[in-house]
Amino acid sequence: MYVYDEYDHRMLAERVAQFRDQTARYVAGKLSDAEFLPLRLQNGLYIQRLAPMLRVAIPYGLLSSRQIRKLAFIARHFDKGYGHLTTRQNIQFNWPELAEAPDILAHLAEVEMHAIQTSGNCIRNVTTDHYAGVAADEVEDSRPWCELIRQWSTFHPEFAHLPRKFKIAVCGTPADQAATQVHDIGVYLIRAESGEVFFRILAGGGLGRTPVIGQVVFNHVEKQDLLTALEAIMRVYNREGRRDNKYKARIKILVRETGVEKFREKVHAEWERIRGSALTLTDAEIERCKSFFIDPDYVKRLNGSDVLVEKLRDDPEFARWHRRNVRPHKQPGYGIVTISLKQTGVAPGDITDGQLEFIADLTDKYSFGEARVSHKQNIILADVEQRRLYDLWRELSTQSLQTPALGLLTDIICCPGGDFCALANAKSIPVAEEIQRFFDDAAELEDIGDLQVNISGCMNACGHHHVGNIGILGVDKRGEEFYQISIGGSSAREASLAKILGPSFARDEVPGVMRTLVDVYQAEKRQDESFLNTYRRIGHEPFRQAVYADSH
Amino acid sequence: MPTVIKDGAILARDRWTVLREATGPEVLQAVPGRSFVLPLAFWLNFRAQLEEYPGERGIWLDSHQTPEPIAADLAEFAVIGLNFPVFADGRSYSNARELRERYRFEGEIRAIGDVMRDQLYYMSRCGFNSFALRHDQDAETCLRAFTDFSTGYQSSVDEPLPLFRRRGGVRRK
Repeated sequence: MYVYDEYDHRMLAERVAQFRDQTARYVAGKLSDAEFLPLRLQNGLYIQRLAPMLRVAIPYGLLSSRQIRKLAFIARHFDKGYGHLTTRQNIQFNWPELAEAPDILAHLAEVEMHAIQTSGNCIRNVTTDHYAGVAADEVEDSRPWCELIRQWSTFHPEFAHLPRKFKIAVCGTPADQAATQVHDIGVYLIRAESGEVFFRILAGGGLGRTPVIGQVVFNHVEKQDLLTALEAIMRVYNREGRRDNKYKARIKILVRETGVEKFREKVHAEWERIRGSALTLTDAEIERCKSFFIDPDYVKRLNGSDVLVEKLRDDPEFARWHRRNVRPHKQPGYGIVTISLKQTGVAPGDITDGQLEFIADLTDKYSFGEARVSHKQNIILADVEQRRLYDLWRELSTQSLQTPALGLLTDIICCPGGDFCALANAKSIPVAEEIQRFFDDAAELEDIGDLQVNISGCMNACGHHHVGNIGILGVDKRGEEFYQISIGGSSAREASLAKILGPSFARDEVPGVMRTLVDVYQAEKRQDESFLNTYRRIGHEPFRQAVYADSH
Repeated sequence: MPTVIKDGAILARDRWTVLREATGPEVLQAVPGRSFVLPLAFWLNFRAQLEEYPGERGIWLDSHQTPEPIAADLAEFAVIGLNFPVFADGRSYSNARELRERYRFEGEIRAIGDVMRDQLYYMSRCGFNSFALRHDQDAETCLRAFTDFSTGYQSSVDEPLPLFRRRGGVRRK
């Protein structure tokens, strides 16, 4: 992974000192709440329902074991012993003290981590597919490009006071696990027939109140032009994005109101002025960034699959976990392992200090000392030898981290919701738990197969409900929590927005509605067809009719 | 009169008066010895009559305006003010960069309006070299803002080469 040099270290230390000074001035009454607000937000600090919340960036999801141990330390010493993985490859701590935030940031800086620009109206943490660099079908490793974007966007002096928050995702895999098309900017690595790799850049995607799939603004950008192209989009947005209404301030609204053709013209006109400037990437810099993401020392010609075959035959529980949670690796003899953080009874994405330390040890033992976090709120060990998968599974089982849920109905994406978040209209974590309790038969879950369920506690959509195969949105109806259900969404390459099924439901009705939706799918599906593909074939109506049949 | 920091020092006396309203050219003779920073509309409306009022002048742009209407006139201005109606309105950062990088304006670019200590470093990176501080700001404290960071990643006005062109392409292995 990327290793800081003296410049990176120095700027990070300067940032910590700056925020320490700002916090001191705020505490001393020399900065107003309104003035301190963007400063603390751009250092990751929210004021939440119960306490401040600190959102720490995990740039493009990558963590070393040393960093994981530091996160465990912070969870233990500054929080109540756990952290929460978010849907944007961040980790949140829900119980720190405001006055201690600068100390936490200083601890993070020791391991090249920070909370810079994890909130506020600025360019946020850049995210990518959590299989970057190891997926068998990848066009090119997206991580070096993410690092280049991270550096360009960090402390960008021109874009620190944008109309609204701004999220960038980069993706080099055909499947697209980065939800690229629902980001303010989505960057795809594309391979031309000639073999050359270039960028296609989308803008104007997003979730929230107005879900939109991004549109192509640059069809073909050469690699060296990546940052000038991004800067051109940002400048047009900074200038022209609406500032009169925060609900209309995202770039998606600007693109819609301007019209994508006209928006594209403006961006290209700006780009022509800065293309070829000093911001143009050099071959040396591209090579430098790539050098941090070279393959680890894989064991070549691994001949250990006999062990795996034997264990798969003898241990059905292990076999189930292997079918769901281990995915093909580009290197023969290796697998990509997902550690599910979706065990029933635990808030999706929550992880304790002890589990963090345990996983840090596993990364050292099994996966070259590195792990990833996914926007689906799981942890990935990307480079595990197949012959050691059984041992790893046994170890995971000792900490209840062997849930074989990856991609299943119970692998729910869920925001913190009304239990923690000041914005929420309704709770989301208990809904996830009730669904997990309702569908508790592992064999049945596997039979249902891939089914992405996403839950948000309010229309800000941190739980990505618009792009769930089944999306659940908490709404407030005269002081009571209700849940609106949508179906047919996807954040993958063929992205689609979920369509609302009909009137919302009380919380205790939600698992039953899920059951009805699953029943319709299972009755209608052809062979191995997924829920989403069945929906796309048969449409909305059969699901809607079945769900509302009883109430008519 | 706001305290003004220019080129890293607190001005003992600032000769510029920012006219907030586009009233009429007669106000230019109101205070002998003072120079005026005119609103854009003033310049556009009364330009032909301004020849009767010799002396240096400046212009200021609000955050929703761009330098484009005055692109051909920049030589007329010793100072260009860029307004911050509220500190969280970031449009003037883009205007400053455009004035420096696209139009090559070499005169004074002054931040006016809601100008506070915690914006000064980024402003200076974008090409502002003078800062009319909000009335409650302590000028001595503000001077320290310019050294909040020793360098930055991006190409910008104060450092046209992005860090990657200064690092020398040193590889890890």
